Amino acid sequence: MVDVTQQLFNGLVGGGFLAMLALGLAVIFGMLRVVNFAHGAFYMLGAFGAYLLLTEAGVNFWLALLIVPVGLAVVGMVLERAFVHRLTRLDPLYNFLLTFGLALILQDAVKSQYGTQSKPYSRPALLDGSLNLGLFEYPRYQVFVLVFALVVCVAVWLVLARTRVGMIIRAATERPELTRALGIDVGRWVTPVFGFGIGLAGLAGVLAAPMRAVHPAMGADLIITVFAVVVIGGLGSIFGAVVAGFAIGMVQALGNLYVPAASQILVFILMAVVLLWRPTGLFGREEVLT
Amino acid sequence: MRSVAGRSAAVLAAAALVLTGCGQGGPGGGGGKISGDKVVLGVINDQSGVYADLSGKNSVEAVNMAIADFKKKHPDSAIKDIEVVSADHQNKPDLANSKAAELYDRQQADIILDVPTSSAALAVANVAKQKKKLHINVGAATTELSGKSCNKYTFHYAYDTYMLAYGTGTTLTQEGAKNWYIVYPDYAFGQDMNKSFTAAVEAGGGNVIKSDPTPFPNDNFSTFLLKAPKLNPKPDVIGTMQAGGDLVNLVKQYNEFKLADKGVGLAVGLMFITDIHSLGVEAFEGVTFTDAWYWNFDDKNRKWADRFQAKTDTRPSFAHAGNYSAALQYLEAVERAGTDESDAVVKELEGYEFDDVFARNGKIRAEDHRMVHDAYLAKVKEKSEVSEEWDYEEIVSTIPADKAFAPVGDTQCQMG
Repeated sequence: MVDVTQQLFNGLVGGGFLAMLALGLAVIFGMLRVVNFAHGAFYMLGAFGAYLLLTEAGVNFWLALLIVPVGLAVVGMVLERAFVHRLTRLDPLYNFLLTFGLALILQDAVKSQYGTQSKPYSRPALLDGSLNLGLFEYPRYQVFVLVFALVVCVAVWLVLARTRVGMIIRAATERPELTRALGIDVGRWVTPVFGFGIGLAGLAGVLAAPMRAVHPAMGADLIITVFAVVVIGGLGSIFGAVVAGFAIGMVQALGNLYVPAASQILVFILMAVVLLWRPTGLFGREEVLT
Repeated sequence: MRSVAGRSAAVLAAAALVLTGCGQGGPGGGGGKISGDKVVLGVINDQSGVYADLSGKNSVEAVNMAIADFKKKHPDSAIKDIEVVSADHQNKPDLANSKAAELYDRQQADIILDVPTSSAALAVANVAKQKKKLHINVGAATTELSGKSCNKYTFHYAYDTYMLAYGTGTTLTQEGAKNWYIVYPDYAFGQDMNKSFTAAVEAGGGNVIKSDPTPFPNDNFSTFLLKAPKLNPKPDVIGTMQAGGDLVNLVKQYNEFKLADKGVGLAVGLMFITDIHSLGVEAFEGVTFTDAWYWNFDDKNRKWADRFQAKTDTRPSFAHAGNYSAALQYLEAVERAGTDESDAVVKELEGYEFDDVFARNGKIRAEDHRMVHDAYLAKVKEKSEVSEEWDYEEIVSTIPADKAFAPVGDTQCQMG
């Protein structure tokens, strides 16, 4: 029993990363109708940002946790203004191509500059060691990651549910034309939301640096699972993305425990089943195409 | 008018080229038995992906060093000119296949060296067989190259999964690590390693309690690591067959869960010195693995490593030294044969015994084209013991050449 609890906890930690990445993808898709293929690359840039700040400028983990996401959010906003924005009115395929190409460029640029080998990054001293959780001991850092991911998700949810900005974003996500007709300037919020989504990916990257291998392909390896998470949760559904993120994390952990050989495809089997049962995903709504 | 004139000029130029080509190859060329008057060494490897650091462009540099040394030793050689051509196979077998054909046919390569990634290596071995040109594989691990898929023109040089498994698996088991838990990436290399390791552990009198395939690539190994201390009986050691980024992930998480404190050791199936360098020696302290060659093993290696570093700014991995040695032994064989004609060179290589900076007690077995040589059981030093950059390994013991590789009878090679 302890075993399974521990594994589920494990899954929650892995799920925290998936949830944060899926959340960013979901808000971007909701607001812009763009599937951001470069999301994994920004996750990778987040981890590299933390590594570079430490080695080049001696900036520690805690500051990196603040600087990197903000910096990447700014990069994201510039990209939105410079490229993404120009293509949103065309066929969605154009933005597929743009973000996909961007992902390849970013990944190869990092590869040619810093090589393919993983970079070292150690845990902050404060989070060394392990914590007694009653039933079992667990590495302090991983507990921190889980708590942090939960806080981020709840905070985003509060902003969306309780603030005026959140209301506008939700309205624009669900009925962009109608929101505009009510005299609300939706366009103003598109760029910050894109930047915010990218910032979340960067944040997940910084969190990953101390516990995962920091290398140029780290985002590309993970992003496929994140896409499955977003599809299972329901495209554009923010709540769905978070719930599915944590759920898939646990499914993967249990898969590794009981059927290691199949754990890789388990997520995709689950995705297929969900799509057969609810073609819009668990929390997605039928979209009326106009 | 002008266009006609232009075309005629092109035709003339082409004709001139063809004629010069004929002249060179003809009896008057004066090259004797070396085709085209020069020997062309081809190198195919990963120049941009996960294996770029451990072989990559620096392997081409190592081959250049072999050429320089050969020329110095044989100033009057019949080989007037030696050239190196290289290609990036991005670890894809289909790309390796077409690049190999291109190098042999269009660039007149007499031999292809290196070729990491087992599936790509098997593809190149097949092309070598069809074209009747040589392939000396340095970078790939599969025992199939000198086993089921062996052929007359392919040689397997630096290491293989048997060597890795025998060194680490058997030795650690005999030293008291009786119970093993193996985790391996779920693709050809990992499955091959799992089989070899299980056999090696059992041969040493140990027991593999469980072996789990893991997704590839994978960034979360915590499930497997948490499972380990709870298995019954508790494993003495986790044997990981992960490589590259996955290995780094696993080791980071192994340290995070403090499994060493819980009495579960870590043995790594395949590790290159570049892995230790990238993650920092702290992460791997005390980890045992088998190495085919270590740059700081003795003075001879060190001197070569110094020359290598002067050119590349980095210390050599065993793959770099292996490529140097393979290129050198090939050129020596051409020199002895007096021709670069494949069959004659193969005859010279078969059964040849030698010692060089890479291979100690080296012998190229005629039966299966496996080059056997001494291998080394290595332990990663504690950080406090590291006296200079890249000096990460302590060589615990030397595994003699006749023990380090599978016996001839066991390799299932039918040379055809």
